[in-house]
Amino acid sequence: MKRLSVPVLLLVLFAVLMGLAWFEVIDVYLQTILLFMGINVIISSSLNLVNGNMGEFSCGHAGFIAVGAYVSSVLSVALFTKSRVFGAPLLPPEWAAFGFPVILIIGGLAAALTGLLVAIPSFRTRDDYLAIITIAANYIIITTIINIDKIGGARGFMGMRRVIFAMEDFAGIPWMILWVFIFMVLTLVIIRRYMSSTYGKGVEAIRQDEVAAEIMSVNTNRVKLITFMLSSGLAGIAGGLYAHAVGYVNPKSFDLLKSTEALVMVYLGGMGSLTGSILSAVLFTLLLELLRPLQIIKWVAIPLLLIIIMQFRPEGIMGHRELSDIFPKLKKFYKFK
Amino acid sequence: MNLLEIKDLTQLFSGICAVSELNLEIGHRQLVGLIGPNGAGKTTVFNLVSGFYKPTRGEIIFEGRNLAGLKPHQVSALGITRTFQNIRLWKEMSVLDNILVAQHFQLGYGLGNLFFRTSRYLERESEMRCQALELLEIFKIREYADETPGNLPYGMQRKVEIVRALSSGPKLLLLDEPAAGLQSADVNELIELIKWIFEQFDISIWMIEHQMKVVMTLCSHISVIDFGRLIAQGTPDEIQNNHEVIKAYLGDDNV
Repeated sequence: MKRLSVPVLLLVLFAVLMGLAWFEVIDVYLQTILLFMGINVIISSSLNLVNGNMGEFSCGHAGFIAVGAYVSSVLSVALFTKSRVFGAPLLPPEWAAFGFPVILIIGGLAAALTGLLVAIPSFRTRDDYLAIITIAANYIIITTIINIDKIGGARGFMGMRRVIFAMEDFAGIPWMILWVFIFMVLTLVIIRRYMSSTYGKGVEAIRQDEVAAEIMSVNTNRVKLITFMLSSGLAGIAGGLYAHAVGYVNPKSFDLLKSTEALVMVYLGGMGSLTGSILSAVLFTLLLELLRPLQIIKWVAIPLLLIIIMQFRPEGIMGHRELSDIFPKLKKFYKFK
Repeated sequence: MNLLEIKDLTQLFSGICAVSELNLEIGHRQLVGLIGPNGAGKTTVFNLVSGFYKPTRGEIIFEGRNLAGLKPHQVSALGITRTFQNIRLWKEMSVLDNILVAQHFQLGYGLGNLFFRTSRYLERESEMRCQALELLEIFKIREYADETPGNLPYGMQRKVEIVRALSSGPKLLLLDEPAAGLQSADVNELIELIKWIFEQFDISIWMIEHQMKVVMTLCSHISVIDFGRLIAQGTPDEIQNNHEVIKAYLGDDNV
């Protein structure tokens, strides 16, 4: 019962969401919001790995999201659709349904590799200096994309809709809800497993006292490298999902504002808390939608919210605690590892 | 062959000579001390041995192997661990986790095992957990396993830090001022603890200490450094009557 409760709950949630979308109980707009929620869960939990658990201050998360978005978009458009840039599809379009997760993972791997841009400098610097490096990395990535004309440059890149259509030709189910859900759960499982292992506790050790960690046999450089790459890799997968959910990517949508969004989610939810990451991603997505009528003024409201949180609850909603820490009795009913 | 041999060890910090041509030897199963006035370079010596600094010149040979160029985590994997002057436990982690993280050099599983929760991973994790709990039991601090070190009294934190350093089964344990900040009752307890560790474990202990009571009761052999230079070594009795040592601590006697 304890072992099964989480998988069963997830399956039920999955079935409900798929059902609602399939029978068009919820319209495309609501579906998109659900997709964004899932994607934001991946973004906030992956950034939390670096900012919350490892205690580094990365403010260039959007750069890695961009790499994942572009790599997977270009691959899926080139492989499965007829496009002006890449010509005829290289593979039969109906393969898209199976090829898509592979492409997402390739996008994630590419983002993980770009994570090296931040991981290697982190061996020698931390705190403010590393924060500056992460901003620089964000700009390097965006500027590189803008300067590659083949993938649209500053105009952006589109055609991902046709990949979804190709999948829908294969089977008429709400594919994006399926993939976002699967990859969101996968992300949470990966992070949970990583952080609950003795290896992952080395990440916490680095945050609390890096010198002691190194002296007590933690290979801090290696742990940092892997954690940064894991975080940016997952961000890349979120990017791939985002690009396909929206159907269009533009380098400008991955600038510092996007990185700030990710930061707001992490600090809203609570540093180093997976429950907090999920909670804040859901709340934040809803908030963004509710404040949409305010248009650009929402970027006054949201930072204001951040200031208020930092004033009255600097540790965020959860603050280094998980659901089971707040309600210990729940431990009897579920086990998530 | 000695356990640790330090040969002509020199450390310069932008021209300032922190350690100068130091020669020292530590044998197997020895409990030895390193003393000297403030700023003499004692902690620098420990930082050099534990791989935290790369020596400007000289060699540190541990079990016939030169440690120069090794990172601290590699040095500790070879069997030298240490404690710190100001306790450096991970304060927000449970005592048990503090011990577990110190096993990083012998995890015995890779990331693949970790993410797929293979039987190898689960086996190793529970093995390490059992060993850590056993060690806490031996030191009678098992009841604190789930406590965070920040909630423990200072003397207990010291003990936990020493247990953490011992948990990886080192051959040489470096204690950097273990009695610093302890009350006199705790100091006596610490002396008993170190004595007990030395009897129970197959280990050499090298300690820096300012409280003469601790050094003189525990150590069989003491080295004294001043301005990074070895000025005397010998048994506690010899050191106590050594003219150079008295001069270093109290100044020239004709002042």
